[in-house]
Amino acid sequence: MLKKITVTVNETPHHLEVEPRLLLVHMIRELLNLTGTHIGCDTTSCGACTILLNGKSVKSCTILAVQANGKSITTIEGLAPEGGPLTPLQEGFKENHGLHCGFCTPGMILRATELLARNNNPTEEEIRWGISGNLCRCTGYNNIVKAILYASAKMRGEALPSTEPEFV
Amino acid sequence: MIAQSFQYESPGTLAEAISMLNKYGEEAKILSGGHSLIPMMKLRLATPEWLIDINGIPGLSDIKKEGDVIKIGALTTEADIEHSDLLKKHFPLFADVTKLIADPQVRNVATIGGNLAHGDAANDHPAVMLALHATIIATGSGGKRSIPIDEFFQGFYMTALQHGEILTEIQIPVPSAGTGSAYHKLERKVGDYATAGVAVQLTLDGNDVCNSAGIGLTNVNPIPLRASRSEQALTGKRLTDETIEEAARYASEDCSPSSDLRGSEEYKRHLVAVLVKRMIRKAAERARK
Ligand SMILES: Cc1cc2nc3c(=O)[nH]c(=O)nc-3n(C[C@H](O)[C@H](O)[C@H](O)COP(=O)(O)OP(=O)(O)OC[C@H]3O[C@@H](n4cnc5c(N)ncnc54)[C@H](O)[C@@H]3O)c2cc1C
Ligand code: FES
Ligand code: FES
Repeated sequence: MLKKITVTVNETPHHLEVEPRLLLVHMIRELLNLTGTHIGCDTTSCGACTILLNGKSVKSCTILAVQANGKSITTIEGLAPEGGPLTPLQEGFKENHGLHCGFCTPGMILRATELLARNNNPTEEEIRWGISGNLCRCTGYNNIVKAILYASAKMRGEALPSTEPEFV
Repeated sequence: MIAQSFQYESPGTLAEAISMLNKYGEEAKILSGGHSLIPMMKLRLATPEWLIDINGIPGLSDIKKEGDVIKIGALTTEADIEHSDLLKKHFPLFADVTKLIADPQVRNVATIGGNLAHGDAANDHPAVMLALHATIIATGSGGKRSIPIDEFFQGFYMTALQHGEILTEIQIPVPSAGTGSAYHKLERKVGDYATAGVAVQLTLDGNDVCNSAGIGLTNVNPIPLRASRSEQALTGKRLTDETIEEAARYASEDCSPSSDLRGSEEYKRHLVAVLVKRMIRKAAERARK
């Protein structure tokens, strides 16, 4: 039996009729055509499907669309207006080469968005622990950590750390 | 991976949820965080015909102190536990355990009630609740009943909960002065279940004599295990290298781990002994503060 749900996605309300078994990630990608939310593993491991549900980062491959009824969702498409300024995290990833192929990036940025909302001055260790539910096959994580440190400095209005690559 | 079709209900009260569970019988399952159930449904290891989502029922996610009992609502998430000052104050082991359960996104969703009701000896909270001597509150059509934690885990994925009963609260006695607790598990990587895990709570008097001890073991037995002989080996004795060594040896003898990808039986027994020693020392250090 189809269920009627209302979800607010990137500030736009949507009224949908869905099968209870429809996963939230499929609702986002296939019914709303927001394909920035990725499916890497489909087993709650990689974090590529991370979105914000009522402000909390969650893995949308392991949540049913019906569970989001009445809630608000933010996907990567909802962070910066089209053509508008990037968020500090998006800018951080761009300036610090925080991505190579980009597959993990939307999940990383949304996870880090909650991390910085809770603590805008995290240590490197807190950042690494904070993104421990997100896998990246390309970067080796160092530039992702730099990107998040850059964003946190920008959010605190402090001097930005160098974006020069380190050669070791 | 897509689950088999099912019907979904989200009742707004406990009474409504219980009557739905009774109406739909064995084909109905309770949905809390869904982070154990949905993966099993996607793999079609679970194929319920009805899901009763209890998240719309108010009042099931509070953490509060009433008299000498701490009450944790079943829908409290791991993240809520991680950030609870009340739990931090009385039970330092919660800060140890929540960090080691899954990853930050999973902890935003997974609930303590689901973790216990799942009845999986690989989950971390069962051992914690054994160490803390918790009581499980189950609510059904006949009202509430209390289940001591030692009677709660009955078999492989089997608990004392009857069909139509909802785990609504966990009650833990407030520890007396001189109590400390600690948890650690060895995991191969973030998000992995324990190769072995050990929870310890100790109460010491001023002379380092152990007045009471609770020790629970994770994932080294078909059902979550209380290390009773280890507890007895400590109770009434001064904590010395010898008593700690004895407690560790009993735990490694009394558990029943199976050899698997995480390690051989022999390795896991050794690990249990090492972790029991370390957690006793860590809990004792915290108790002396
Ligand atoms: C990637 C990943 C890693 C994980 N790592 C760990 C880990 O390291 N340690 C660990 O302990 N856990 C781990 N988990 C499990 C996680 O903590 C689960 O979410 C938890 O065990 C179940 O809680 P839930 O709220 O998601 O329950 P659900 O999945 O909703 O339910 C689990 C079972 O319990 C029943 N149930 C749920 N709530 C109730 C209730 N109130 N009353 C009666 N029955 C109920 C359901 O019907 C179902 O059978 C991991 C999960 C994932 C996805
Ligand atoms: S696709 Fe959801 S965690 Fe990998
Ligand atoms: S940039 Fe390719 S997976 Fe992270």
